[in-house]
Amino acid sequence: MKVPLTWLADYVDIDDLDIESLAKVMTMVGLEVEEIRLVGLAMPPGGKHEFKYTGITWPADKFVVAQVDEVMPHPNADRLILCRVNDGTQEIIVLTGAPNLYEYKGIGPLEQPLKVAYAREGAVLYDGHQPGRQLMTLKKMKIRGVESSSMICSEKELGISDAHEGVIILDDDAPTGAPLADYMGDAVFDVDTLPNMVRDASVLGMAREVAAALGKPLREPDAFLEMTGPSLEGRAAIEIRDPELNPRFVLGLIEGITVQPSPYWVRRRLNLAGMRPINCIVDATNYVMLELGEPLHAFDYDILVERAGGPPTIITRTAKAGETLTTLDGAQHQLDPEMELVTDTAGPLSLAGVMGGEESEVNGKTTNVLLEGASWNFINIRKTVSKLKISSEAAYRFSRGVHPALAETGVRLCLQRMAAWGSGQVAQGLLDNYPNPPHDPEVVLSAAWVNQSLGTDIPAQEIAEILGRLSFECQVEGDTITARTPPHRLDINEGLIGRADLLEEISRIYGYDKIPSRRLDQPLPPQNVNQALIMEDTLRDLLVNLGLQELVAYRMTAPEREARRFPPGFEAPDEDYLEIQNPITVERRVMRRSILVTMLEILEYNSNLDRRLAFFEIGPVFHPVAGQQLPDEKAMLSIGLTGLRAQPSWIDGEPPLMDFFDLKGVLEGMMAGLHIENVHFRAVEHPSLHPGKAAEIWIGEDVVGVMGELHPLVKANYELNDPPVYLAEIDLERLLEAARILFDVEAVPTYPPVLEDLAVVVDEAVSAAEVEAVIRQGGGESLTKVQLFDIFRGKQVGKGKKSLAFSLTYIAPDRTLTDKDVGKLRKRIVDLLDRELGAVLRS
Amino acid sequence: MTDKETHLANLEQIQKDALAALADVADADALEAWRVAHLGRSSAVMGVFSSMGTLDKELRPLMGKTANEVRQALEGALEEKRQLMEADALKQALETEKLDVTLPGRPVTRGRLHPLTQVLRRIIQIFGDMGFQVYPSPEVETDDYNFTYLNMPPYHPARDMWDTFYTKQEGVLLRTHTSPGQIRVMRARAPEPIRVILPGATMRYEQLSARSEIEFAQVEVLVVGERVSFAELKGTLDDFARRLFGEEARTRLRPSHFPFTEPSAEFDVGCFVCEGEGCPVCKETGWLEILGCGMVHPVVLEYGGYDPAVYSGFAAGMGIDRSTLMRYRIDDIRHFRNNDVRFLRQF
Ligand SMILES: [Zn+2]
Repeated sequence: MKVPLTWLADYVDIDDLDIESLAKVMTMVGLEVEEIRLVGLAMPPGGKHEFKYTGITWPADKFVVAQVDEVMPHPNADRLILCRVNDGTQEIIVLTGAPNLYEYKGIGPLEQPLKVAYAREGAVLYDGHQPGRQLMTLKKMKIRGVESSSMICSEKELGISDAHEGVIILDDDAPTGAPLADYMGDAVFDVDTLPNMVRDASVLGMAREVAAALGKPLREPDAFLEMTGPSLEGRAAIEIRDPELNPRFVLGLIEGITVQPSPYWVRRRLNLAGMRPINCIVDATNYVMLELGEPLHAFDYDILVERAGGPPTIITRTAKAGETLTTLDGAQHQLDPEMELVTDTAGPLSLAGVMGGEESEVNGKTTNVLLEGASWNFINIRKTVSKLKISSEAAYRFSRGVHPALAETGVRLCLQRMAAWGSGQVAQGLLDNYPNPPHDPEVVLSAAWVNQSLGTDIPAQEIAEILGRLSFECQVEGDTITARTPPHRLDINEGLIGRADLLEEISRIYGYDKIPSRRLDQPLPPQNVNQALIMEDTLRDLLVNLGLQELVAYRMTAPEREARRFPPGFEAPDEDYLEIQNPITVERRVMRRSILVTMLEILEYNSNLDRRLAFFEIGPVFHPVAGQQLPDEKAMLSIGLTGLRAQPSWIDGEPPLMDFFDLKGVLEGMMAGLHIENVHFRAVEHPSLHPGKAAEIWIGEDVVGVMGELHPLVKANYELNDPPVYLAEIDLERLLEAARILFDVEAVPTYPPVLEDLAVVVDEAVSAAEVEAVIRQGGGESLTKVQLFDIFRGKQVGKGKKSLAFSLTYIAPDRTLTDKDVGKLRKRIVDLLDRELGAVLRS
Repeated sequence: MTDKETHLANLEQIQKDALAALADVADADALEAWRVAHLGRSSAVMGVFSSMGTLDKELRPLMGKTANEVRQALEGALEEKRQLMEADALKQALETEKLDVTLPGRPVTRGRLHPLTQVLRRIIQIFGDMGFQVYPSPEVETDDYNFTYLNMPPYHPARDMWDTFYTKQEGVLLRTHTSPGQIRVMRARAPEPIRVILPGATMRYEQLSARSEIEFAQVEVLVVGERVSFAELKGTLDDFARRLFGEEARTRLRPSHFPFTEPSAEFDVGCFVCEGEGCPVCKETGWLEILGCGMVHPVVLEYGGYDPAVYSGFAAGMGIDRSTLMRYRIDDIRHFRNNDVRFLRQF
């Protein structure tokens, strides 16, 4: 909400605070000032400010209140006029084109001079002819032969509003010659109102907080209302169908009102607060809403009488099936049976608490106004607003809760203003139907509890005093404070919750900055071990050490995006997605099921940005499960490699491309780093992977993932460069379960190892892993290491055969092995290889 | 000239000639040739030794001694020359092996943690030192956990503070904050005291722009115990801020509102970009809004299984993306999930 400083000053004495200090007080009490717009007033002293300032100032020597004594025609231009202006020190002829002065042109000296805002040569103000707010400096210039160096200002030029159709005509009591900033200089505080502080979406509400923070009295507006017209009794009636939805409804009547502009100071305040002045009736309702926080609604009484064929009965009720209403913004709404309405016997008049209807709205011909002040159930208003997608200042307040007590005060203040600004007579008496007054809770709390909760040492009396400043009625008995909620707040609860509510009020006004800062003094809770979390961190570090870049990626995707991971024509499994009801784009309308797709898309995005891409991502995929409300969130690991094995350099030239075994090396390094044993890889077919270059990753008896080269047909679905892409997808939970925080470390051997090589020729179909397993079986415990170092195919070994060369390491824990020992082991291995695999020793 | 004098003169001449020849030696081959010529089996000095039998008996000891001296002198000279030549050779070699040290090094393939992980780790470490343990919780949540149990019953106005992605599954949404984890950890631990940190991805319905993301990382801390005070919240956050932003970090708490805490506060840290002078990062205020916090609301304690008459607690939550953005003065929040290598490799 935008609050003009001068308006705030009506209710609390802030003369001793500069703008910056006031903004600080407001912010520290929960009224966060987001921006301060200067409209005439000077920047506060001091070089360093904690707030963002915009706007312009009106220096006293450049901007003054002046009076126009005569409006004369321009000798050479029809659309320009010359004003004889008195600025308090001298008489000047000022050139202007303001259409709102035409009516005074050529009628001679004015009986009642017009008070205007006058800017002298050198004044810096906004250019009225440029869009937006652009500064300009007033300079001497000649227009059509007449020299002019000063200006009668419009609202736009002074930064009050965007209006530039005419110049400002001030109220008659404006003192000629007074500095303009003294007369109406202002600063507008843009305050971000917290959702639980809608009571402060009003100038008075904010003044109450400021007064409480400063320990100063609050000057509430005088709601005295002179009622001189005939009684309202019998000329209207109120019927409330559901007091839960409409706890109170108040009506007042003013007759013989003149629809005219409000006084200038009212229009200026409304403009500064961000509302457009309309006429004295509408302005009065808006003014009181901004002042008090109670939205009001003005009906044209005569239209209601006509509709009812006599004195109207205002009925508040929910809509009937099929009812419609055209609101004053011209929109026609289909109403549904939960929506609360204000109606008469002829049908809907307005959407309760949200917006008035077009038909009964006040207009230029209105003379009698029936004024509504009511209170509504905020949940019902919220539902209406969200269903109809409609917003208004009234709905903003009513959908957050406005206390019914304000309904009557609001009607009184508003009728008082209508009478003052549009003349007219207020009818005797108000109609007040109040079937459901709220209970204003009484909260009991002890100073000991307050101080223990805050870590403070505030005496009970001071606590009561603080609450008193916020209009709570408090009684103190020893350490106990009983506080009654003032009748303008709906945010204070009973009992334990009420206690917490008051704790917030006490700490806020006492000052958060005065609460001490202490280190935690609580028993340390039982310490829990979460192996998966520890190992997940270890895993990230491992993969980084293996040269991979970590990714953090979006969870939202689209089924057709995920389908790109299959080759064309592949019949994708019918997968159930967790669908988002209100996606921001169709591209992100479901939660992802596959982490591989994310990886492919990020590889695709980066394909031309680096010649070596090596990524990993750890994150969940989402699998809906029948009969289960929440989906399974399965933590996954993906790895993606493509391009050069290393960055090209001047030394080595272009390194080779990464291949299947780069990925496998990363996986083996990762497994070793996690101390996972018993890892093996088995060839597998996978729709996304190359049929000959894909493997399942096994740990013991469990498959934990899959790895391999991206299928060329799938690769063609993406804009990727030529080098093949290698991917792994691993079930993180299973992987981390197998990881070991504690593992065995073998002693460094005391006796020297015996090394020897062994080359065997086997059929192509026999895998290296099978050969290695047989060698290990034959070698027994003394064979501590088996390492494949060469694979050879060629004429020498025969067609359909291959030679595998291993380097073997033998160590005995208790002695030095002799050639004879090793010879025996070797023979056992060779025999076993022959028997099991038909392998032949290669000479 | 006596025989003796002749012989001695001869030896002297041998030495003189040899040394003169040595002075002309220029490379290793010549040096070896010189050694063969002047110290080899058929060299002059060795000839003196082999012809010793032909000398007078009285002359033999003197001649033997003198010939030996000549041989040693030549050997010494040889060694000296060899070392000199080696030193020269090394010097020459070193001169020719001069590198252009400005040439770039051989590239290494270095991996990196994502910037969000790096910052999150730092935060977890700081709170970890204060005894906070990580507690993971799901990213897809029920309406109850995300709102109702956090003191926001259906149609509560505060629900507006979070623009929510709902799913087509009844009552299921994408969590808008990490706070549902508060309820989950409380229900798991009640009535034990709690000191946890809740990190994770959260989602909000926003239009994607440089300043707003639909998915972002948050981290939240929660303390529950029998007499937890607002002063302890303040102290914990002050310690945290000093460790994350430096010993001199200025901090302040200012009133705010969250439905699940009361009293609620925003925790601001003096802007580390302008050091309080005012800049675009801090919107000219000199303060950066780092996290929201407050004392756990009694309704939340109750939903979590803790009697609010006995227990109290505090909670604080911060956005990792936003604070990383501020920390590195990054202009666009979308960089984090775009995963452009040109962005990532700077961390
Ligand atoms: Zn700054």
